[in-house]
Amino acid sequence: MDWQAIWLTARLAAIVSGILLVISLPLAHWIVFSRRRWTFLVESIVSLPLVLPPTVLGFYLLMAMGTRSPIGRLWSDWAGHPLAFTFEGLVVASLFYSLPFAVQPIATAFSQIDPTLREASATLGASTLRTFFRVVLPLSIEGVIAGAVLSFAHTVGEFGVVLMVGGNLPGVTRTVSIAIYDHVQALQYREATITALFMLAFAFVVLLAVYGLRRRPLAAAPLA
Amino acid sequence: MTLAVDLAKRLSSGFALDVSFVAEPGVTILFGASGSGKTTILRCVAGLARPDTGRVSIGDRALFDGDGGVDVPVPDRQIGYVFQQLALFPHLTVAENIGYGLAGLSRDERRTRIAEAADSFRISGLLDRRPGQISGGERQRTALARALVIRPTALLLDEPLSALDYAIQLHIMDDLRRWNAERRIPILYVTHSHREAFALGERLIALQHGRILASGSPHDVLDHPAQAPLAEIAGFENVFGATVVARRDRAGTMQCVLSGTSTELEVPLGGTPEGGALHVAIRAGDILLADREPVGLSARNVLAGAVVDCGMHGSTVVSTIDAGARFVVHLTPGGADTLGLRPGARVWLIIKTYSCRIAV
Repeated sequence: MDWQAIWLTARLAAIVSGILLVISLPLAHWIVFSRRRWTFLVESIVSLPLVLPPTVLGFYLLMAMGTRSPIGRLWSDWAGHPLAFTFEGLVVASLFYSLPFAVQPIATAFSQIDPTLREASATLGASTLRTFFRVVLPLSIEGVIAGAVLSFAHTVGEFGVVLMVGGNLPGVTRTVSIAIYDHVQALQYREATITALFMLAFAFVVLLAVYGLRRRPLAAAPLA
Repeated sequence: MTLAVDLAKRLSSGFALDVSFVAEPGVTILFGASGSGKTTILRCVAGLARPDTGRVSIGDRALFDGDGGVDVPVPDRQIGYVFQQLALFPHLTVAENIGYGLAGLSRDERRTRIAEAADSFRISGLLDRRPGQISGGERQRTALARALVIRPTALLLDEPLSALDYAIQLHIMDDLRRWNAERRIPILYVTHSHREAFALGERLIALQHGRILASGSPHDVLDHPAQAPLAEIAGFENVFGATVVARRDRAGTMQCVLSGTSTELEVPLGGTPEGGALHVAIRAGDILLADREPVGLSARNVLAGAVVDCGMHGSTVVSTIDAGARFVVHLTPGGADTLGLRPGARVWLIIKTYSCRIAV
């Protein structure tokens, strides 16, 4: 089995889902609770990767990371090398690619919270931040965990974007799904089968965790 | 301290609220049908809704002032709010719910205050339970304790007791009164129930379509409604337009004919001159029925009529009687049986003069 690719993939997915959690909590909060009319615009942009072919997303990201784009130049001036075809580049691309998978379950969980609970919290003197940590987060923790797990799993499974932005550099950008593709290209069906089976088992365990969590009875009995 | 409210707000639905009143320490009832603007007033006082113009102040502290650009954020207003759905935090225990607003205090102080509030509202034995594990009355007490433990400068109650048994309601209100006897803060109590209004309020403000119709003691406003719309929201099932045909100043009565009929009623003397128009309001429960023409009564109004229909509503028989005008009459199932009440039956209505309330 290709342990190097598995380790790299696990590292990538952990970093990406960790960063996404930090980004998605305030973003989902803003989308759900803001009174502004154009939240739907942000929602649509966040959800774009859901419908966009990964190669299209990867293509634009590759262009943006190139030294001919302002962002790409800024990075290469700072880091001393271009962002494309590096692990960091892969992280950045995955953030965009997996963003909706983190934001959507969290936003759904937030929107299911009774709005009077947040109002009650405010009348009791709590700031928006305190209300978030004491009321909103505890009541939507399952959605938050689902967001983290799904964005992790989705990052593990990506292929098109990685290929466009990262290429196939062992130990740097060669993830599990690229490795499987590689094995098949090289007619190494045994290796491909083992790695693919490993991925299948992983995906199944993740879904078991997500759906099992959803079925867990609430800590408190629902109000009569 | 007193709560002074003077606000106008127009909602996108076209509903316009425009009210001005002062709530002294003690219970002030905001009374009206749903859609009269009661809850919107509470939300504006708490800061959960923003008035278009006006001023809300407690003592000399302005909470909102449209002209002065004052709009104190909700968390800084220190106003207790008990929501209609209570809005207890389901993931926190009763003690954690009560202590939620005491974040700035030390652990010991917080514990003392929680115990004190729980004791006042008789929920000391439930502190470790969650809202899902206690009864409706206990949840209500928890919500009150949570709102009051922060020592608010005013308390807003949005139909908090309407879902509870009457006995439990009275019990909880007794505890609330006892609690407020020392603190003396203004309490705005929203309800559409006459029974709650009479039982709880020292002062009542009747609202309709976003405006104040009348204010005064619950007895004055609801039992002696000054205007016809008020009589309707005050629960008078029978409100008739009428014309004064004769004034009898010596007897303290007037004779009226109900509009569109030849039915006459003797009503208490009012300021309306002969030939003038007024409204007569009669509670359905204040009308007696007889199955033959009664004689030797002190009641001045005896009207012959026929039963149009009758049916059970809860434990009350509601009957409509055509006696020139149509009267709604409430009686007990036993009373209805004795009379053999059925559609088409001939009956006599007996209405005391003082059961007829006059309104303009």
